[in-house]
Amino acid sequence: MKNKHLVSITDFTKDEIFRILELAAEFEKNPSQNLLAGKVIATLFFEPSTRTRLSFESAISRLGGKYIGFTDASSSSVSKGESIKDTIMTVANYSDMIIMRHPVEGSARWASEVSRVPVINAGDGANQHPTQTLLDLYTIKQTQGTLDNLNLFFVGDLKYGRTVHSLLQAMSMFNTTFHFISPVELQIPKEYKIYLDKLGLKYYEYRDFSEIANDADIIYMTRIQRERFSDPMEYEKTKNSYVLKNSMLDNTRPNMKVLHPLPRVNEIHTDVDDNEKAYYFTQALNGVFTRQAIMTYILGLKK
Amino acid sequence: MDINDKKLQVSAIENGTVIDHVPASNLFKVIDILGLDKIKSQITFGTNLESKRLGNKAIIKLADVFFMDEEINKIALVAPEAKLNIIKNYKVVEKKIVEVPDSIVGIAKCGNPKCVTNIENIITRFQVVSKKKVALKCHYCEKITDSEHMEIF
Repeated sequence: MKNKHLVSITDFTKDEIFRILELAAEFEKNPSQNLLAGKVIATLFFEPSTRTRLSFESAISRLGGKYIGFTDASSSSVSKGESIKDTIMTVANYSDMIIMRHPVEGSARWASEVSRVPVINAGDGANQHPTQTLLDLYTIKQTQGTLDNLNLFFVGDLKYGRTVHSLLQAMSMFNTTFHFISPVELQIPKEYKIYLDKLGLKYYEYRDFSEIANDADIIYMTRIQRERFSDPMEYEKTKNSYVLKNSMLDNTRPNMKVLHPLPRVNEIHTDVDDNEKAYYFTQALNGVFTRQAIMTYILGLKK
Repeated sequence: MDINDKKLQVSAIENGTVIDHVPASNLFKVIDILGLDKIKSQITFGTNLESKRLGNKAIIKLADVFFMDEEINKIALVAPEAKLNIIKNYKVVEKKIVEVPDSIVGIAKCGNPKCVTNIENIITRFQVVSKKKVALKCHYCEKITDSEHMEIF
């Protein structure tokens, strides 16, 4: 039987996405099930990612599985110059599934082709991070009751943010209206606008982030990173222009929720945290349920 | 006998392949891709010839050389409008149009320096997302390499 992998969000059909969301809801009701008893899952983090790794390891532990792996490349044979192929082929002998985060783009697809056990991409450079996308979809559905016909606002780094690109691809299946708020340097790449044009979906771009989000159903905040700017002066000028403050939520819709893939730095003011519209920590919790759903589905333990 | 036949007779080959409508600027890429610098047969080529369609075209005549479709596909990336005349006994017995295939394996290099294919020893694979102005989507990193940034192995 051919292995099922999750490398890119487009590896899943719409029906499969819905199935994952259903399963995640089951795990939310009952997160501790012994489905992974006797299974060994490899968590290979070639670059550190505390949140994603802990979320996976928590999901594995709650399902009664064991995990092996490393938390950054310096503590693995990679530092001795081992190729991705050799690492994966070796680790596939020790485990029933591989969870992999790697800074090189396309590394997860490559791993899935050389591995004899399923591979789940936990982020490959600026390319894909499908489990984040699925947990975002789960959170949107959980808070809005539907994925259809929503107003989705993306704020911050829309150029390099892979979570933005993958979520855009996924939400484009649901007649979403997109709103892009970013500095010019970090605007949504042209290829995504062409993509939305082809699908006939509406989108709007803004440079100013102050009171425009009042008809949002979801505001998806992202971090603006210093290293993205060639001019440090430009970064200093920009970084405070895309900060969400509590007062900006006064006139937003009652169903509106603020999401963020985390870690946050200063782009969401801490005075937002106590607002019931702040949802990013629950979003992170949903990551555990969604990853439980993905792993059991990929391993064929849930159909 | 029409004009085409007369032209072919100028430096007629008995058996072989004539590759016509190669963009003059890419002649040497075609030679490189097909490995023509390594074959022993007689080759004549002309370049900077007038062409209504291409502006400047090149033509390559290869005695006793015939190509598999797979090999011809390789030049589609640099000579998308190339036409092949297969010559047997001084006559054109078959004409082939070079077509950009739906997918490309090997041949081109992914333009994304952070792509795994530029780091490990992997045969590149692309989905052709645009044929007119060739654009390739990498099977691995999912980034698009357009014709201006395309490097051929």
